[in-house]
Amino acid sequence: MDFLYNFFISPFVQIADSPLFFVEVLTGGLLSGVMYSLVALGFVLIFKASGVFNFAQGAMVLFAALFFAGFIDKGVPWWGSLILTIGVMVLLAMTIERVVLRPLVNQPHIILFMATIGVTYFLDGFGQTVWGSSVRVLDIGLPQTPLEIGGVLVNKFDIIAAVVAGSLVAVLAVFFQKTRVGRALRAVADDHQAALSVGIPLKTIWAIVWTVAGLVGLVAGVMWGSKLGVQFSLAMVALKALPVLILGGFTSVPGAIIGGLIIGAGEKVAEVYWADAIGGGIEDWFAYMLALVFLLFRPQGLFGDKIIERV
Amino acid sequence: MLYREAGQFKTSYAADQQIFPILQDRVGIAVIAAIALGVLPLVATEYLTTTILIPFLVMSIAAIGLNILTGYAGQLSLGTGGFMATGAFAAYKLSTAFPDLNIVFVFLGSGVITAFVGVLFGIPSLRIKGFYLAVATLAAQFFLLWLFNKVPWFTNYSSSGVISAPPRAIFGDIMVTGSSAHYTAKYLFLLVFVGFLALAAKNLTRCHLGRAWMAIRDMDIAAEIIGIKPLQTKLSAFAISSFYCGIAGAAWAFIYTGSVEPLAFSIEISFKVLFMVIIGGLGSILGSFLGAGFMVLLPVILTNAPHILGLNIPVDMISHLEYMIFGALIIFFLIVEPHGLARLWQIGKEKLRLWPFPY
Repeated sequence: MDFLYNFFISPFVQIADSPLFFVEVLTGGLLSGVMYSLVALGFVLIFKASGVFNFAQGAMVLFAALFFAGFIDKGVPWWGSLILTIGVMVLLAMTIERVVLRPLVNQPHIILFMATIGVTYFLDGFGQTVWGSSVRVLDIGLPQTPLEIGGVLVNKFDIIAAVVAGSLVAVLAVFFQKTRVGRALRAVADDHQAALSVGIPLKTIWAIVWTVAGLVGLVAGVMWGSKLGVQFSLAMVALKALPVLILGGFTSVPGAIIGGLIIGAGEKVAEVYWADAIGGGIEDWFAYMLALVFLLFRPQGLFGDKIIERV
Repeated sequence: MLYREAGQFKTSYAADQQIFPILQDRVGIAVIAAIALGVLPLVATEYLTTTILIPFLVMSIAAIGLNILTGYAGQLSLGTGGFMATGAFAAYKLSTAFPDLNIVFVFLGSGVITAFVGVLFGIPSLRIKGFYLAVATLAAQFFLLWLFNKVPWFTNYSSSGVISAPPRAIFGDIMVTGSSAHYTAKYLFLLVFVGFLALAAKNLTRCHLGRAWMAIRDMDIAAEIIGIKPLQTKLSAFAISSFYCGIAGAAWAFIYTGSVEPLAFSIEISFKVLFMVIIGGLGSILGSFLGAGFMVLLPVILTNAPHILGLNIPVDMISHLEYMIFGALIIFFLIVEPHGLARLWQIGKEKLRLWPFPY
């Protein structure tokens, strides 16, 4: 009885009692969801263009953040380390394309997926061999102070993150829609063989996609790194991005954003209002359950391409 | 020359259908069984038994389980760790609730309980496919571990959260679980268990159920059209796979580590078992064993290699380097032989038919 009351009645009473606090929780959730979207974006880009489910995106986030923070610690100014890290990510993308993807062309998806898990292990080990495993503070001057908008307290940092994510999506949209390379990317995403037959260089395109995903990873790494500090647990952020991904659909950039918002808001609200009823620490699995419920109604995610199956 | 089927005639259906149709295979498996049962318990040291043989046997059960689901039925799952944890906690609850129950039935019972849990988390597979399903099974992984951490009933209200496996004996007084058991007894008990489970799995995949799994794997819509029911086929694959994973989890906790804790069954172990299945060979029982052996041996070799080579590397550096080499080796193996070690054995068999003659 107690449980039922705590589960079905008391949260709603709390919400009705102080709607302003609810709005605050909701905004906080939405904004933290944007951070998940940042990581999920990298997954979507690679899945769209090559059909590879890139588990290594989380490791790439950590890798980029480690190099960025490491260069800054070495005394390089932030713009200098940014350029250096971009260089590292480009090199990484080209290496992955050459060493991992090219020999595995035409293999089943599960083999490629496993290969990216191998890449994950490698990058985790490599980054920490070079830079050590201690926690690094990454301070690029982003404010952490709360800001009051219409009676609702919002963290300034979260707003900056949202702006960054928004502009990132805008840039990507322009890149995909308006540039020559973007058109080639969309062609490859539609059909590898058809793209090859009209003369699009598949290998170059893959290297570009992985570079772009690496740069998105860098942005995510800088944002997450300045929020949590640069450390090994940053790679675990990938596990948070997966439910965002299946909720929004593997193939949709807007889906990654909307999915992140839904997951972030749902997670925060559930944690604040329902954690008492079912016990704390639900953030590990709540997002997955939420995504699962959505998937039961739309098996390809909210915005994913409709799955057409023929015999 | 030595390894060929020439002159071996099948005169009955039974002979035609046996698991090892060639005499050389039967001799080989008999030799392996004799070494595992007769020689290894006598010569293996405690270190060898507890760090290699026992984890190898435990992980091969888990690998067979996942291979049934992913290799035979084509349902990608990342929830293996969660199901193993279910098995471990089910075995703990069963053995403490019924102290007189034989340990064999405790293990089987924990497998059955895990099978039910597996079916529950397998229901989404009827609608969700491919990588969407893989991510959805992560829900099982995280939710189950959280459940065992949070609900004190599972740990019998123990305050520390870490519980040691209760000691149990078979045949009256031979201890096989818990910390007081002798390592040889543990090993032999586990070996017999693995033998029966592997035989059962091999036969399952050869009967109509196994063929239905493979039909669903190869193309589920086509399989449905020729009259295979996806509901029963997919859920039975989840049930039987979880049964194996549950027993593996119970064996892990009761025989290998001797303590029941959710932390041991993290997502790392799900990936490890998936690696075993893929490196060993999807859709092959032999491959499950090869993959398990590879993945158990690799970390042991990597940890000891710098010591043997005489290199002096700081400890934390070693663990990072291990990660790197591990990842690189995985990629290397996938590139060299994407169909796994079982496929290498197939090729080797073809070569052995002629060897040492050129043709």
